[in-house]
Amino acid sequence: MLKAIVTVMLKKGIFDPQGRAVQNGLDSIGFDKVKKVRIGKQLEMDLEMTDMATAEASVHDMCDKMLANPVVESYSFEIKEV
Amino acid sequence: MNWGVLLFPGSNCAEDCFHAVDKILGKPVKYLWHKDTDLGDVDAIIIPGGFSYGDHLRPGAIAHLSPAMTAVKEFAANGGLVIGICNGFQILTESRMLPGSLLQNRGLKFLCQDQNLKVDNADTPFTSEYAAGDVVVFPIAHNEGNYYAAPDTIAEMESNGQILFRYCNPEGEVSEKTNPNGSINSIAGIINRTGNVVGMMPHPERSADSVLGLSNGKGVFVSMLKHLEAKHG
Repeated sequence: MLKAIVTVMLKKGIFDPQGRAVQNGLDSIGFDKVKKVRIGKQLEMDLEMTDMATAEASVHDMCDKMLANPVVESYSFEIKEV
Repeated sequence: MNWGVLLFPGSNCAEDCFHAVDKILGKPVKYLWHKDTDLGDVDAIIIPGGFSYGDHLRPGAIAHLSPAMTAVKEFAANGGLVIGICNGFQILTESRMLPGSLLQNRGLKFLCQDQNLKVDNADTPFTSEYAAGDVVVFPIAHNEGNYYAAPDTIAEMESNGQILFRYCNPEGEVSEKTNPNGSINSIAGIINRTGNVVGMMPHPERSADSVLGLSNGKGVFVSMLKHLEAKHG
């Protein structure tokens, strides 16, 4: 069994209002060294697969078709044995 | 002349759209189901607002992969009129039938208000009842209505007249002050390059019946009807 951990983030340059709000919140409680916060999402998927290369190709396909919107998001992932 | 209103689990503006066609236009309309692979004999399709699939992952992200959307794409490729309102707009951008994407509102708040809009292009099958520069009021109700597209895409859309509506003040002035959600160039509604697919965040169906206090949304549906009547003779 393999586990895929996919991270989806807004592309660089696209304003992330949630990240800004969190940054402001951190600043207000004294963490003034935080200069930028970006919020994304993480998906953990258990894959009934054994072959790493097949799994990678499949996760790429999932990201392109549904998990990320390439117009505004970028994605990265890691796959590990569990 | 048949109209279809496409239903997904979580659509919640479908009855208003149905009402606009059935009672305001007085034309035949039926519901289409997201699992349908054959949409039957329809001349125009409305993708209503709501929270299809609970807006999980991203608004429209799951809905756009429904079997019915394959049929909607084919319908549009053959020149059929398609309008997506609110969540319907999000579904159309997710399906790439329209450029860009709808991000979370700049102010992080769900917006629910009557909204002034300026008609930017009145020379389309969806806006011919208006004149360019008209100010209309349609309600908005969304959390992800902040329109974004890459700068070169925006430039291309602007030069092609693909912007139909922009957020404005009652005098029709468009500025960052009158932009409720952070949309680039105050974009509220757009049309595809071939002029038969529209997406808009504001709700014309909620301002189509004068009994509700607003009625200039009716123009969108009347424009579509006139276009269809001219086409079908």
